[in-house]
Amino acid sequence: MTALFQSWGASYEWAWFWSMLIGILVIALPLMLAVAMIIYAERKIWAAIALRRGPNVVGPFGLLQSFADGLKVFLKETIIPTSANKGLFLVAPIISFTVALIVWAVVPFDVGVVLADINVGLLYILAASSLGVYGVIIAGWASNSKYPFFSALRAAAQMVSYEVSIGFVLICVVLYAGTFNMTQIVMAQQGHIFGILNGFGFNPLLFPMAVVFLISSMAETFRTPFDLTEAESELVAGFQTEYSSMSFALFWLGEYGNVILMCALNAILFWGGFLPPIDWAPLYAIPGIIWLFVKMLLFFFIFGWVRATVPRYRYDQLMRLGWKIFLPLSLVFVFVISGWLMLTRYGAVA
Amino acid sequence: MSPAQFIKSFTLWELVKGHALTLKYFFKPKATINYPYEKTPMSPRFRGEHALRRYPNGEERCIACKLCEAVCPALAITIEAEPREDGSRRTTRYDIDMVKCIYCGLCQEACPVDAIVETPNLEFSTETREELLYDKAKLLANGDRWEAAIAANLAADAPYR
Amino acid sequence: MIALLAFYLFATLTIASAVLVVFARNPVHSVLWLIVAFFNAAGLMLLTGAEFIAMLLVIVYVGAVAVLFLFVVMMLDIDFAQLRSGVTRNLPFGLLIALVLLAEIVIAVSAYRAGPVFERGAAAPAANAVPNIEALGHELYSRYLLPFELAGLILLVAMIGAIVLTHRSRGDGRRQNASRQIARRPEDAVKIAKPQVGQGVEL
Repeated sequence: MTALFQSWGASYEWAWFWSMLIGILVIALPLMLAVAMIIYAERKIWAAIALRRGPNVVGPFGLLQSFADGLKVFLKETIIPTSANKGLFLVAPIISFTVALIVWAVVPFDVGVVLADINVGLLYILAASSLGVYGVIIAGWASNSKYPFFSALRAAAQMVSYEVSIGFVLICVVLYAGTFNMTQIVMAQQGHIFGILNGFGFNPLLFPMAVVFLISSMAETFRTPFDLTEAESELVAGFQTEYSSMSFALFWLGEYGNVILMCALNAILFWGGFLPPIDWAPLYAIPGIIWLFVKMLLFFFIFGWVRATVPRYRYDQLMRLGWKIFLPLSLVFVFVISGWLMLTRYGAVA
Repeated sequence: MSPAQFIKSFTLWELVKGHALTLKYFFKPKATINYPYEKTPMSPRFRGEHALRRYPNGEERCIACKLCEAVCPALAITIEAEPREDGSRRTTRYDIDMVKCIYCGLCQEACPVDAIVETPNLEFSTETREELLYDKAKLLANGDRWEAAIAANLAADAPYR
Repeated sequence: MIALLAFYLFATLTIASAVLVVFARNPVHSVLWLIVAFFNAAGLMLLTGAEFIAMLLVIVYVGAVAVLFLFVVMMLDIDFAQLRSGVTRNLPFGLLIALVLLAEIVIAVSAYRAGPVFERGAAAPAANAVPNIEALGHELYSRYLLPFELAGLILLVAMIGAIVLTHRSRGDGRRQNASRQIARRPEDAVKIAKPQVGQGVEL
């Protein structure tokens, strides 16, 4: 697109600037829309599993429910507690919203359809997602209130714990793909299993890691079995307790933006991203972006399904799962996979 | 731990089983009804909003015996009465505080002339509390509006009384 | 042009936030400014083309170390009056450290001006064609394998040491034994009784 702007007579810098701006808008605006629709979809999923109907009044089939909710939230008064640390209190939701957005820069929607095709894409995602905790932790501290603070501490410990096992899982993927670049990771999955199936998840050595990543991504986004940060039975509403109006909405958007991102990462890292699941020429006629969206929606369904099924963990059980099960398991798989690759791919039979 | 249990715990068997169950429920027909458009069947004895009935000739039934006021456990009913010009005993004031009312139905049981009844109407929410302090005019209007339903309910319940 | 502008932006912000780390009244604000400083340092690394190091800086320092910092500092119950009372007592020591650091900077600068030290042994800068990570990996796992592994070992020892030193098991704790719970079968735990009328159940 930069070239297009240059052909209109813009200098390279300005052409780059405008094309980036358009790229960001093209990703961010549909993302906001997707968040609204996905909240609606999720409520429908929970409702169906509980034999309820879910939102069905606002608009056809209740499709406009999220927009009505959004409008309601925007019309509310912004309340800042008097004893809160005002600046940080207002910055916290902005941080968590921004962080949820910036990660999308490196998510490939198709070959070459990516805002920033950088070499360290996966590391960038790790780095950006590890920043997400700051929104929560600052919100908890700046509220100057008991329950948000507890929630912030829980969030920090939870995120740091699960990031460790996520790191090892990603190392397994990188070992197989041989690159940190997101597009190349997807391309490395083409015909991964006997040239038929596209996706690392079909590999018996990587399938357990795919499951670990799926569960860890739920913990990373504070989804239900691990939503101890906003455990309403003990912490009121967690770190959002003191928030209202726009700042509350920003937390909400950020949270669901992260959930969609994790769905995309699950699809990209283990299930072939924008590639069709089977390496068969006619399937490539369907655009890659559609395959990616189908996979993301599938994962989103799993997220909602899990949330409607399992009850919340206790905090010590959460920590046990992270440190005593996932960490050793993923560590063992790093050893096994690197050993297997040394044997098969690099032929080191010493 | 037996090998079977070992395999079960590592393949997350119980978790998968639980999710299979909820997925089965996902495709089941809904148990809830689409409320404002669909309604559940209602017993003829249902006790909803109150109403004062009239005789078919338009004369109000209530004779101001104050039995309902006496029996009301929530003290929600207030009645004042004096003779009308034609000498019959009628209420000048018949108020029900719907906020106090517990919908026990004792007033309609106590009434000797079936004047005060509870209609099957349950959708009478208001935006202010004052609107729930019913006076005689409101109760009589209710009776006029719901007379058909009230009469049908009383007829349906009559064989059991 | 843009690179220069970005360099001065990041550099100024790094220094400004570093200054604010020292001068911020509230220790939590100090930690947050420290995080901003880390961030801008990562930006500087990106400018020099060391994207791997930049990402690592963000992941390790911002994502993990600073979170733990913040964690601890947030829970401190700080009495500012008490903090200030220590200034006069600690002043000579603080000045001493400041002097030592200043001397180090002066020595470092003059040593740098005198010419590079390890000229003979220095690795050639990686060619642009080789990605950062690959070049680093080759260096780490060939030339610097021993120091790299040693560093890892030292960190491991430090970690285990910290746990050994601080961990004490309370005798009266009742812990969940998940594997025992999983190993339990319904047959072992449940007895289905069909009591006759008037006979009761044998426990």
